[in-house]
Amino acid sequence: MNNILITGAMLVTANGAVEADLRVRNGVIREIGPALTPLEDEQVLQLEGQWVGPGFVDLHTHLREPGGESAETIASGARAGIVGGYTALVTMPNTEPALDTVALVSFVLAEGARTPISIAVAGAITQNREGQQLAPMAEMAALGVRIFTDDGSGVQNAGVMRRALSYSKPLGVRLAQHCEDDSLVGSGVMNEGPLAESLGLGGRSNLAEEIMVQRDIDLLRSTGGSLHLLHLSTARSIELVVNAKAEGLDVTCEVTPHHLTMDESACATYDPLFKVHPPLRSSLDVLALREALSGGHIDAVATDHAPHAPETKDRAFDEAPAGLLGLETAASLTYEALGQSACDPVLFYSVLSRGPARVAQLRASDCPVGLSAQGGALEVGEVANLTAFDPHVHWRVDASALQSRASNTPYADRAMFGRVTTVISKGELVLHAGELQ
Amino acid sequence: MIETIRGQNLLSLNDLSKEAIIEILNEAESFVEVNERAIKKVPALKGRVVASLFFEESTRTRLSFETAAKRLSADVLSLAVASSSVKKGESLRDTIATVDALGIDAVVLRHASSGAAEQVSRYVPHVRVINAGDGQHQHPTQGLLDAFTIRQTLAERKGVDPIASGASLFEGLKVLIVGDIRHSRVARSDIAAYTSLGAEVRVAGPPTLLPQSLAEWGATFAPNFEEALRWADVVGLLRLQRERGTGSFVPTLDEYTSTYGLTQERARLLKPEALIMHPGPMNRGVEVDSKVADGPQAIIRRQVSNGVPVRMAVLYLSIAGLGGAK
Repeated sequence: MNNILITGAMLVTANGAVEADLRVRNGVIREIGPALTPLEDEQVLQLEGQWVGPGFVDLHTHLREPGGESAETIASGARAGIVGGYTALVTMPNTEPALDTVALVSFVLAEGARTPISIAVAGAITQNREGQQLAPMAEMAALGVRIFTDDGSGVQNAGVMRRALSYSKPLGVRLAQHCEDDSLVGSGVMNEGPLAESLGLGGRSNLAEEIMVQRDIDLLRSTGGSLHLLHLSTARSIELVVNAKAEGLDVTCEVTPHHLTMDESACATYDPLFKVHPPLRSSLDVLALREALSGGHIDAVATDHAPHAPETKDRAFDEAPAGLLGLETAASLTYEALGQSACDPVLFYSVLSRGPARVAQLRASDCPVGLSAQGGALEVGEVANLTAFDPHVHWRVDASALQSRASNTPYADRAMFGRVTTVISKGELVLHAGELQ
Repeated sequence: MIETIRGQNLLSLNDLSKEAIIEILNEAESFVEVNERAIKKVPALKGRVVASLFFEESTRTRLSFETAAKRLSADVLSLAVASSSVKKGESLRDTIATVDALGIDAVVLRHASSGAAEQVSRYVPHVRVINAGDGQHQHPTQGLLDAFTIRQTLAERKGVDPIASGASLFEGLKVLIVGDIRHSRVARSDIAAYTSLGAEVRVAGPPTLLPQSLAEWGATFAPNFEEALRWADVVGLLRLQRERGTGSFVPTLDEYTSTYGLTQERARLLKPEALIMHPGPMNRGVEVDSKVADGPQAIIRRQVSNGVPVRMAVLYLSIAGLGGAK
């Protein structure tokens, strides 16, 4: 265990930001206060001008294991996560085979436990993610699974979704939906509209997302239970969720860094790096997502980190798989979306850490495989999961230097503002001055 | 905006200037005569290598391009890439790299995916790329040969020199395009060419086969098909692409024929001098009646034969523009 003293930083609690030093001993936050004196066996991290808050939690990571190891493994994805400031990842079940049984979930949890951070699993709602027969959610919940989703596609059949919400309610878990109605999506590959028509590419309409958002909110009202809406991308979707929350329904939502920072015009050169589902939307939708984020209406920024091996992105736009890398750029893009120098550090840690931790229900007591507390309040006695972010750094993305096995970032060579410098996971210093330890 | 395709790729007609289009049409006029000689060959591209890569089934476009290249004395590497080879796992980038390694000056590319030609142009920036049809995006040489055919026909009728006429024969020309505009690369290229040259373009068809952003293409919707037929100087019919599943956008083929087919009855609404065009292959009896297609107003066969000189012009300008001489 490292004994660490952090000095000079701005500590970001749930209520505000204070300048104070923070001492970690034996993996636990021991002392917070002004001008703490270093002890002899301590490593001192001087983080002047930086923010220090709870480690980031990603609600939406594709670690690709088992079945997609050429694109990512649990180990490589965890490294990418650390560089991005994450101390906990929720990995998605659209692996090959899908994570829909106790054996498969146990495998991923065991592999995850070998990484320095916490790997939680989202189990499939239906067997093999086929949208037909429910997966054994109670058995998986007993292993600590708190989120279920068929992500990659939505549960198309309203009757099945209703049954899943109803069945899952007493388990205390949350169902997460990839909202896109297949019948409206058709063979679409980018945002529906004039640009898609001019490019001769099939469109995926806003309507495809919004109809399923509306449907699932209506289902939730009749069944009760908890619902999380993944990667919302349109102004109308956000409006529906805000109204549902006001009504008192237990619905949460996330947006992705890419939907906050790019619009459909990125697809104009047919570069498959910009192909993602739901697609990059109009600039008006991007603006609406940013406003909702700044207004505190979004529970989490989640990456939808979706590694694809290079050869799969060397195909035509409509043949290439959808998805892009997110973990290593998410914090900087969130900072950008929150207005850079105008960014409120409390909101920043809320959407990257405390919010997603609440949605994922990451609690030490929940999980027999050893998830430590995440998204914490930054109080003495807490297990130290901390991420430092330097808002003053400017950098450029080097696609060849990513920790991810894949390199399908759409942000190569792009100027970024603010960067994660330091990560302490379960009391261990795992990222120091931007370098993996 | 591209002002000339000399030494350039031809990927789309959207970004091609009026002058660039006229340059190609004029160049094609000079190649018409070559195709009428007993020895149909000029040494313009001798020693140059053109790879003909068809990732999608095509007979006519491929024959037309390869004939054009051979009449310019280019060596032609012809590779029919069956769709199954994609399933074998080779990526587009690798396939192009393999062909490029053989030493080529230009690629003529047909692909079922929109944007494939533009992607290939990024993979091999030192090679000229001629788009021979990419998905539902563009079919630039079809748009050019359609414009060429209209100009040639009108110039003959008026007894003027087509080259000297420039774009003047298109000014105020009323063109009606009928059918599946939404899924058609030919429609996108035709509309771009005609509007750029000064024609007025209207489209007719069931709403499910029309784009939502027609105005941005520079065309307008003709709600009354019969009225539009009376209005038109040129009627461009499009193939109802049943093989692409577009059949489900209309209830039945019979209903399509009865609502938007150019039947003999409807053909009688046309001005006597109006021209009827079709990019082929035709679904006779669906979008066009067989007798109408073979009638005196149809210039469909002319379109086919003009494919060769127009493609010769495109290949010559694009490849020789690299620094070669005619």
